[in-house]
Amino acid sequence: MPLSQSFVGRAYPPTRPYEVGREKIREFATAIGATDPAYHDLEAARALGHPDLVAPPTFPILFTWAAGYRLIEDPELGLDFGRVVHGDQRFSYQRPVYAGDNLICLVVVEEIMSRGGHDFLTTRTDVVTPEGEPVLSGWTKLVARGGE
Amino acid sequence: MAGFQPGERLPEQTFRITRADLVRYAGAALDFNPIHWSDRIATKVGLPGVISHGMLTMGLASRAVCAWVGRPDAIVDYSVRFTRPVVVPDDEDGTEIAVSATVKSVEEDGSALLDITATCGEERILAQARATVRPPR
Repeated sequence: MPLSQSFVGRAYPPTRPYEVGREKIREFATAIGATDPAYHDLEAARALGHPDLVAPPTFPILFTWAAGYRLIEDPELGLDFGRVVHGDQRFSYQRPVYAGDNLICLVVVEEIMSRGGHDFLTTRTDVVTPEGEPVLSGWTKLVARGGE
Repeated sequence: MAGFQPGERLPEQTFRITRADLVRYAGAALDFNPIHWSDRIATKVGLPGVISHGMLTMGLASRAVCAWVGRPDAIVDYSVRFTRPVVVPDDEDGTEIAVSATVKSVEEDGSALLDITATCGEERILAQARATVRPPR
């Protein structure tokens, strides 16, 4: 059964702030083999004009994925998450994410579409500081594969 | 570093992915979906075997982009579509992905739009992969 269009436009409550830690940045950078000193060495990051360690570009998936997952787990939506695969991902940054940032995710369902027996579900997550400064937006398209 | 030229082909970069890399990435990204570590579960859902995290592929491709531009904060907009799973065999060598790009357009301030190609063997693993990047330093 196609997913309900009534979810389009639905917004989820702001998440508890995610505190970006230096060691988490280093760990994430190491996991993708990113050795740029700005991800690892505070002095190197500051020498480039950054206030603290810079997070690699895909680091925000750590908090945007979990924020969006509340939708997948919403029993009202009735999504079988055993069938869900990650279709598309986009990030658009106002500025890099830095260690020491506290980041809140505002999730809204942007699009629900059914095609060829599959359901496509796009969420947009605006990531802001507690002061309301926009830092980045992320879009995740999930594909729920149709049964055989 | 000189700026980009429209139409310029950026040199291919390759990245090896082994099972150990998947475990490390799972822990760092807190993505514990078993299709990235269990052959039993991966094959049960119809995959040929354990596959890489799409976000690991996107992360590796972001390294290529940052290297071409020569700065850790190169990317201002970055989007991909995951088209094919990257199967990672349980051996020493794992698999290898290759990332290249073409400069689609260049703005007056030197920022540029890159069209990214990522392949594993003969297969394209990303589609509609694009990055808007700051000017090289």
